[in-house]
Amino acid sequence: MKETARKSVLAVGPFHPLQEEMEFFQLTVDGETVTDIDVRISYNHRGIEKLSETLQFDQVPFLVSRICGICSASHPLAYVQAVEEIAQVKVPERALYVRTIINELERIHSHLLWVGLAGHFIGYDTVFMWAWKYREPVLDLLEEITGNRNNYGNVRIGGCREDVPDDVRPRILAELDTIEKKTEMLTKAVLDDPVLHARLKGVGVLQKDAAVDFAVTGPTARGSGVPIDVRHDDPYAAYADLDWKVISQTEGDVFAKAVVRLLETFESIKMVREALQKLPSGPVAAEVKEIPPGEGCGHAEAPRGETFHYVRSDGGNRPIRHKVRAPSYVNVPSFKASCIGQHIADVTLTLAAVDPCYSCTERVAVLDSHDSVIHDYASLLQLSRAKTAQLRKEIGTPVMKLEDI
Amino acid sequence: MMEVLTNLFWILIFPGFVFTLAVGLLASWLVRKVSALVQYRVGPPVYQPAVDVMKLMGKEILIPEEAHRAVFVAAPLVGLSGVLLLAAMLWLAGAGVAFVGDVIVAIYLMVLPSLALILGSSSSGSPHASVGAAREMKLVMGYELPLILAFIVAVVKTAGVLEPAEQLSLVAIAQHTPVASISGALAFIVALLCVQAKLGFVPFDIAESETEVASGVMIEYSGALLAVWKLMQTLMLVALPLFLVVVFLGGVGTSGWALGGGIGKYVIVLVLVILIKNTNPRVRIDQAMRFFWCYCGPLLVAAVILAMLGNYYGLTWL
Repeated sequence: MKETARKSVLAVGPFHPLQEEMEFFQLTVDGETVTDIDVRISYNHRGIEKLSETLQFDQVPFLVSRICGICSASHPLAYVQAVEEIAQVKVPERALYVRTIINELERIHSHLLWVGLAGHFIGYDTVFMWAWKYREPVLDLLEEITGNRNNYGNVRIGGCREDVPDDVRPRILAELDTIEKKTEMLTKAVLDDPVLHARLKGVGVLQKDAAVDFAVTGPTARGSGVPIDVRHDDPYAAYADLDWKVISQTEGDVFAKAVVRLLETFESIKMVREALQKLPSGPVAAEVKEIPPGEGCGHAEAPRGETFHYVRSDGGNRPIRHKVRAPSYVNVPSFKASCIGQHIADVTLTLAAVDPCYSCTERVAVLDSHDSVIHDYASLLQLSRAKTAQLRKEIGTPVMKLEDI
Repeated sequence: MMEVLTNLFWILIFPGFVFTLAVGLLASWLVRKVSALVQYRVGPPVYQPAVDVMKLMGKEILIPEEAHRAVFVAAPLVGLSGVLLLAAMLWLAGAGVAFVGDVIVAIYLMVLPSLALILGSSSSGSPHASVGAAREMKLVMGYELPLILAFIVAVVKTAGVLEPAEQLSLVAIAQHTPVASISGALAFIVALLCVQAKLGFVPFDIAESETEVASGVMIEYSGALLAVWKLMQTLMLVALPLFLVVVFLGGVGTSGWALGGGIGKYVIVLVLVILIKNTNPRVRIDQAMRFFWCYCGPLLVAAVILAMLGNYYGLTWL
């Protein structure tokens, strides 16, 4: 008997109440302790990169905003920055500010979303509901500006599609004040609760050198004492003109990640306020005629970390290669360093603490199995027809009614 | 013959199964509604818990191939009957029908649901359920000691007022309100937390924890068997707070103001349970055990000593 046969494996996935997407964490457990952990993804591959090559440059932002519903401002922004690099477009000042405002509003709602989910993962449903209630006005603001609560579709090559209307500005400022107060309350509640301390501190520690080795980004890195932030290190949009600071904590545990996210929310509120104040006048988009041959990279700091887009053009109206790397792709594997040896209860929380997004991480999985049957389209179709025929035999053909036609 | 019929009526109709079930469904609606209000939600209509159980009753029962069938099916029924008896006993104690030593029986019956859960889940052959069962087992070991100690405090407080032989009956204990003294109040608080753990509510819903082991102990149950578990929990929602009311808060009277006051006490205990549930995250199993053993245990040993000193020197407030 092989050693592996006696291991007890706890399956977190492919469908599990912990997370809303399809992912499969195999926790090898010894009692309550997790001794090894592995992940399988690729349950829902959508072929975004290939699809992107079939669309025109102008249509791609709408596609990439659907990579992830929560990072739906960061992905298109990184993409248009890549294309603007190819075409050497000078983006109007006002557009840069509008992009900043949308992206920071996105960060506020994404971080509040995470705080709520993290509360839910440790059974604290009150925090879950409260955080999501406070997040709601941000979505309303985004809807007011762009027309959509998520998937804003607001950036285009050369600028923005929708401007921030002047009559909405006082409302945004007023809402920001309320959100700031509520977030302050939430932050205090989280930082002062002794039970939460017991549950979050020293849990799932990702040491600084491990964080560097796994090349994690975003709040995951900043929680481990690696103060990297694209907005600061390679400023895009209007970030260079704004007064803000990179939040980082050194502990590397779940608590540190929570603190980073909560404090970043305040920074984002501050940034939106300042950007609204400094908002220059002028057009919100520049005319872009055609995209010359060449290649460009764009990256943006999504709420989960750096999102990176590479685009190559051959001078036609479609990208001939489009490569996307979303932050979760590097953040998720860090569980190897942070989860082994922990309790099951802590591992599930640690897995969620990097704020993973599996639709971003999705890759094609190649199965290396020689004895399994692999179906192609034709054989699947045949199987399906055979099954239908059998069902018909068993339960009879359904009667066709007039309203069905 | 008549006596048998009366007993059956007590157990099955009033104040046993049917009555307790009605109260329990109302209580579980209260849990959901108050939780919803705390969380800015609307909450379910009052008939929702009943409809949930009815829906489950109509669903298919799946029994895993690896499960031990007899134990798997019997476990929920054992748990349910345990709580049912407990509830009937407690109501009857309120009406003055009891026997000496029934408190011991009550304490045994209170362990039965947890034991049934452990049995049922470990017979199901699922790794999630076995983690859940192990957690439930640890949790039972954790809270039983403080619960018994809390109970001893209540019994000690009745000393001197009653004949020693009568001390161990629910009716006798229900005539006192130990919570009005220091040791009694400590015992009540700890017992409340133990009840929280028995009910499987946050912060002690460790055995079921949905986001870790996907409802652990109950993961393999479905259909009517799951409905029986839910009914058991519903009945526990009546029996356990009622136990606290009887032991620490002076019990439920049978008529007029006393009855109203009794119901009021029950609702207060229930609301306390709900508030604890909604203002805490789930703790880890080792933290829960440390909490019950290292903090609640010594605290209650001190409370027992205080209560005895109080008796010795005639200080009722101690």
